[in-house]
Amino acid sequence: MSELRQIAFYGKGGIGKSTTSQNTLAALVELGQKILIVGCDPKADSTRLILNSKAQDTVLHLAAEMGSVEDLELEDVLKIGYKDIKCVESGGPEPGVGCAGRGVITSINFLEENGAYDDVDYVSYDVLGDVVCGGFAMPIRENKAQEIYIVMSGEMMALYAANNISKGILKYANSGGVRLGGLICNERQTDKELELAEAMAEKLGSKLIHFVPRDNIVQHAELRRQTVLQYAPDSQQADEYRELARKIHENSGKGVIPTPVTMDELEEMLMEFGIMQSEEEREAMIAKSDAEMAAS
Amino acid sequence: MPQSADKVLDHAPLFREPEYTEMLENKKINYECGHPDQLVQEIGDWTKSWEYREKNLAREAATINPAKACQPLGAVFAGAGYEKTMSFVHGSQGCVAYYRSHLSRHFKEPSSCVSSSMTEDAAVFGGLVNMVDGLANTKALYDPEMIAVSTTCMAEVIGDDLNSFIIQAKEKGSVEADFDVPYAHTPAFVGSHVDGYDNMQKGILSHFWDKAESRTESESINIIPGFDGFAVGNVRELKRILAEMGIADFTILSDVSDVYDTPSDGEFRMYSGGTKLADVPTALNAKATVSLQEYCTPKTLSYCKDKGQETAAFHYPMGVKGTDEFLMKLSELSGKEIPESLRLERGRLIDAMADSQAYLHGKTYAIYGDPDFVFAMAAFIMETGGEPRHCLATNGSKAWAKKMEDLLASSPFGKECQVWAGKDLWHMRSFLNTEPVDFLIGNSYGKYLERDTGTPLLRLAFPIFDRHHHHRFPTMFYQGTLTVLVKMLDLIFDKYDLDTIDPGVTDYSYDLTR
Repeated sequence: MSELRQIAFYGKGGIGKSTTSQNTLAALVELGQKILIVGCDPKADSTRLILNSKAQDTVLHLAAEMGSVEDLELEDVLKIGYKDIKCVESGGPEPGVGCAGRGVITSINFLEENGAYDDVDYVSYDVLGDVVCGGFAMPIRENKAQEIYIVMSGEMMALYAANNISKGILKYANSGGVRLGGLICNERQTDKELELAEAMAEKLGSKLIHFVPRDNIVQHAELRRQTVLQYAPDSQQADEYRELARKIHENSGKGVIPTPVTMDELEEMLMEFGIMQSEEEREAMIAKSDAEMAAS
Repeated sequence: MPQSADKVLDHAPLFREPEYTEMLENKKINYECGHPDQLVQEIGDWTKSWEYREKNLAREAATINPAKACQPLGAVFAGAGYEKTMSFVHGSQGCVAYYRSHLSRHFKEPSSCVSSSMTEDAAVFGGLVNMVDGLANTKALYDPEMIAVSTTCMAEVIGDDLNSFIIQAKEKGSVEADFDVPYAHTPAFVGSHVDGYDNMQKGILSHFWDKAESRTESESINIIPGFDGFAVGNVRELKRILAEMGIADFTILSDVSDVYDTPSDGEFRMYSGGTKLADVPTALNAKATVSLQEYCTPKTLSYCKDKGQETAAFHYPMGVKGTDEFLMKLSELSGKEIPESLRLERGRLIDAMADSQAYLHGKTYAIYGDPDFVFAMAAFIMETGGEPRHCLATNGSKAWAKKMEDLLASSPFGKECQVWAGKDLWHMRSFLNTEPVDFLIGNSYGKYLERDTGTPLLRLAFPIFDRHHHHRFPTMFYQGTLTVLVKMLDLIFDKYDLDTIDPGVTDYSYDLTR
């Protein structure tokens, strides 16, 4: 067995992290890799396409039922899915109560201590939204994920999130080994999306690993709780994910310490691409619409 | 008023004075609005029934009087056993006050330990600033040679990462880059003090050992004592035994014997004794690491094994067989014969047990405490012909319960014993009421069970707050077992005397000799 490689997918909520990561990992299996997916999102939807089922029982849900994590056995929480991919969901509290971040810490400690990481080549963490607290940074601590992949799109908020996540990585990169592996653009069909994604990657001192085109086949597969690799293995989209998987596999050790930008710099870049208006343009627009209102 | 400056009464006799008894009685009648005494009695009696016991055992949502403490207590204890080391707990001050007072009340010694004083803002922004300032202040004020960092619940819930924080604190110059700051994450809501002990030991060893480029095996032996309220006496006894065996090449990893027993000679010692820091890196080369308490060291021993050392673990070497096994292992590892002097000690212990056999035989016991201690105590009781009936460890796992059952099955004296892993002292109360035993063995908290159920208590486990200085005498190995035997016999005879105290009624023979 080669050295254990740990990667993590971060990105804004709703960007398609879980879909992208599951499709990519399903493709990575074809490269002969043994994989463990660790879902780090209280919604627990990081493994449903691999398991072809509704959300699986989570570590924290079962621990709460049994009384404590110490009563839990690994086989209670570890499920085997598509092509023997091992799946675990850390789970967490209902929205509005408790501490989901602590849940991530608890789950990852449990998995490590109970040997879930033995006999796999890859551990992939799928992490909720932004780095919102110390707990969600658990996968990027020392001796956890070596590379982070940020799933983003050409939307403004996704770019903000990518920049914020890079700040989180930077915080830990200086004291540990975590690096930014690159950006994965999940196409939203916004204006100049590819160029914008490349420009963003450059700003962060990183690269755009892959541009995943939008294709409805992904939704068709999702409705059946399947990855595209399973639903339509010969499709063009399946090949896109294969390509992404190959690039990630070959990207081992090539991550960088990101160079996140300030809010001003980020907004400047968005203005260059015409996604955001400058203050002057904005005032001109308001004046124009006021004039129109007055005229009518 | 009964209280006067000339003759100051303690609160206990003071409250027996008529002014107070009257006042307390009026308060009860006029303000407490309690249930009638008869009903209180009735319910009280019902809580001693089998019916209540079953309800008690079905309890899911509450723990009442757990016989365990939290992880950082164990971490502070482990850290304290190293030379000039200040234990530093990353978290709020109140937690640290608890570890200090707990250790001080037991050992009757000052217990130095600092906190990073996290408050509301640290909970929101993370405790990095507290770590940076805290390490700098600790170094400046208390001049330690090592700072051992552990965590409280607060730091754990917000996910503070000690590795990254300590590196950043060093970069910001709070302590020099090469200053030793080992650390361990010790969430208090997971496991117990024995796990905290384990985590901190592993944290300290890996801090020194992971830097080493290679390991050259030596003949030395490392010994880890584990969390033990009798460590002062036991570690000294351990050193004596090693000397008797002629083993000079050893390192005790975390030696608190002088830390929690400083003399009163006019000099205050903030640091005293402990494992020499210079010995810790070279301990990597030891051929073996031996743990005296398996359940205090699972992660540490597995780490030692990964480093290439042979490992062995015992369950609190007490009793004849428990000590035999430990000495035989020492002999095997060191190649030294077990000397005649120790053989004689063994013989004397067995002689003492035989002398008192008539009184020891058939006595029944309930035991609670840490997993290793309960194991050893049950094993020794069976050696005396006594019968353990309830063995309880709140921090005992299913695996521990299995091991206990195997032990109990190995002797006819164990066949009526029940093992209670994860149960608390309120469960124990039910057991003592429904299936009474002659004696209870535990710690100071057992005093309320003693009062409630009339079962005489022997204090042999941490913490002991209400009896002084027992920790200065060993409880491990042949010599320590003899001390334990004497304590057991004292209790047995005290009970016997109490039962035959009324001349002509319960006492017919006026026996002086037992």
